[in-house]
Amino acid sequence: MTKKLTEKGISRRSILKGGAAATGAALGSGAITGFPTIWAQNIKDVTLRQFGTGVSNLNEVAQKVKEDLGFTLEMTALDSDAVTQRAATQPDSFDIADIEYWICKKVWPTGNLQAMDTTKIKNYDKIVGIFKSGKLTPESTIAQGTAPHTVGFVDGPDGKTFATEETGWMTLIPTIYNADTLGIRPDLIGRPIESWTELLNPEFKGKASILDISSIGIMDAAMVCEAMGEIQYGDKGNMTREEIDKTMAIFTEAKKNGQFRAFWKTFDESVNLMASGEVIIQSMWSPAITAVKSRGIPCVYQPLKEGYRSWGGGIGLSKSLSGLELEAAYEYINWYLDGWVGGFLMRQGYYSAVPETSKNHMDENEWGYWFEGKEATGDITNPFGDVLAKAGETRDGGSFLERMGAVACWNAVMDENQYMVRKWNEFIAA
Amino acid sequence: MTDQTHLFIPADNTDKTLPKSTGRLKGLPDAVSGWLLSLPLALVLLFFLVLPIAMIVVVSFWGATEFSIYPAFQFDNYQFLLTSPVTYQVFLNTVKYALITWAITLVLGFTIAYFLAFHVRSLTWQIVLFLLCTIPFWTSNIIRMISWIPFLGRNGIANSTLISMGVIDEPLEWLLFSDFSVILAFVHLYTLFMVVPIFNTMMRIDKSLIEAAYDNGASGFQTLTNVIIPLTKPGIMIGSIFVVTLVMGDFITVRFMSGSQKANVGRLISNDIALLQYPSAAATAVILLITVILVIAILLRFVDIRKEL
Repeated sequence: MTKKLTEKGISRRSILKGGAAATGAALGSGAITGFPTIWAQNIKDVTLRQFGTGVSNLNEVAQKVKEDLGFTLEMTALDSDAVTQRAATQPDSFDIADIEYWICKKVWPTGNLQAMDTTKIKNYDKIVGIFKSGKLTPESTIAQGTAPHTVGFVDGPDGKTFATEETGWMTLIPTIYNADTLGIRPDLIGRPIESWTELLNPEFKGKASILDISSIGIMDAAMVCEAMGEIQYGDKGNMTREEIDKTMAIFTEAKKNGQFRAFWKTFDESVNLMASGEVIIQSMWSPAITAVKSRGIPCVYQPLKEGYRSWGGGIGLSKSLSGLELEAAYEYINWYLDGWVGGFLMRQGYYSAVPETSKNHMDENEWGYWFEGKEATGDITNPFGDVLAKAGETRDGGSFLERMGAVACWNAVMDENQYMVRKWNEFIAA
Repeated sequence: MTDQTHLFIPADNTDKTLPKSTGRLKGLPDAVSGWLLSLPLALVLLFFLVLPIAMIVVVSFWGATEFSIYPAFQFDNYQFLLTSPVTYQVFLNTVKYALITWAITLVLGFTIAYFLAFHVRSLTWQIVLFLLCTIPFWTSNIIRMISWIPFLGRNGIANSTLISMGVIDEPLEWLLFSDFSVILAFVHLYTLFMVVPIFNTMMRIDKSLIEAAYDNGASGFQTLTNVIIPLTKPGIMIGSIFVVTLVMGDFITVRFMSGSQKANVGRLISNDIALLQYPSAAATAVILLITVILVIAILLRFVDIRKEL
């Protein structure tokens, strides 16, 4: 643990140093141009406070904002539950909320966020279809659960309920998203894994794990139960009480039989469980896999035949944001979709909402590996410089269209959410 | 009044020489000055203890939706709490952790304090060794707890040592993410809370009493049970209250050391808060508070701390 912290500290410091040097050089040479707006002078005094989960609230982004746009962005990284709480209960404590779409369903009715005018979003037309019509390609079917487009729009600037189609007023500007699946340790399993059912396979007794965030965990559980043929769900993202009871009964029995080694709640916990070999199969997030890999431990983000459980994140603006701050926030959103952040996030294994602009910030090898599912032609590194793949390797799950096209359901908030949460707590306490 | 001042008399009773009127402000009757003197503490307790608890009790009757809480007077939260079998299981688990931890820390704490107070002869060494006990507190609870994880893990130091010594063939799974690891961490974290008050009361025991027992032919064990333990009771009781309340309220240790596999009441509350179910969390907190008060009331029946101090 201590060792890990130190390493992180060193790399962050060196990156910050490098960044500062680059800023200095750029300023000196007068290279920073291209943002000539009327308020260019006083925008430097603006400070925007952003919070969200650790996956995208990175200091590197804040650093780059300072370089490119001139204003200060304060980042706070929290876990999913804390993000929901803050967005719902402390509207004055933030300007920008980086939240997930399923959380939006809980937070939007509080009236703490304001809808965004899509005419002010330069790259709006280039945002992938999933976030607008729900369809990745014109032929694709819409997956179950809280698909982002169902909570992506409201009728007008003060709309309280979600619109069913594009209206020009967006709740969140999509930033990143991914298709989640099980992570495995191929060296300790030693055979192919193809189905979600393997999570409850007695072969992995005492070596499996699942995440303890109810809204996400229940979806993973549903993927498993459906794959086992035990339950046929009407909609995994909106279960009936009976479906919830059945799902939790199957998982409670497995828990009592000692199937699970632990449950995890934060990214770091999942990385440690996997890297230490306590767990060899578990629900996991993509950057957690890269974190395990960058320690030199084999770990695979295993594509499964039943498909993926997907999630999407986006940026929402606080209701109290106005005037210069609001302008700065729009400028920030446009900058966000302009590609630098997209490239940064895609090197972690996520997808950008506007893939085509990210392409400008990635080299051909990286773009081929991360987006097109091609063989790497050289070393693939993450944004912090650690090598993740060597020439000849391909990304697990294949290309963007293959992966996002195989999404079976989205993280969701159900009508029976409160019932589900209680049942989930009983499962954890059982 | 005399009964109250008695509370603050140090054990050596040197204050018999103090003038009788120290507690009285000039020109004011005793009753008024007494009230004035206790006012600051009363106000602090009112604002930082009584009001928050009253608020928790009030909120425990409120209702909640997905994203808001609304004032009401309903028994839903209690009804759900008291009719769920999981609640009883979790409370039972909480009491189990508290009892086992209390028993182990008591034995350890008493032994360590006894060693420091009666075996170490020089005051310097007593202080040095006592400070040594506090060194773990230089770092945070979480770090001390988490450092057990790589030690106890499947491929951890404990298992690999035991395997290389030939004691076991397969790694012991129950070392980590089990009741064992939870209680181990509790004992590690809270033994000092037992050592300090016991050591403190032991240091006040008049050494001549022990010599008298010895002179009267008492064995070491008899001295321990007839002289030292009765005189150490207040310290034991204060330490017990510390340990029991800390263990019953702790949820982080249970979460980390059991790998979220086990739950105590603190975890129920923290889960509720995480999901914005404040009224439900408040109801659970009220029940926990009542339980803790009951436990302490039972403890206090055995020893009258006011009399003993």
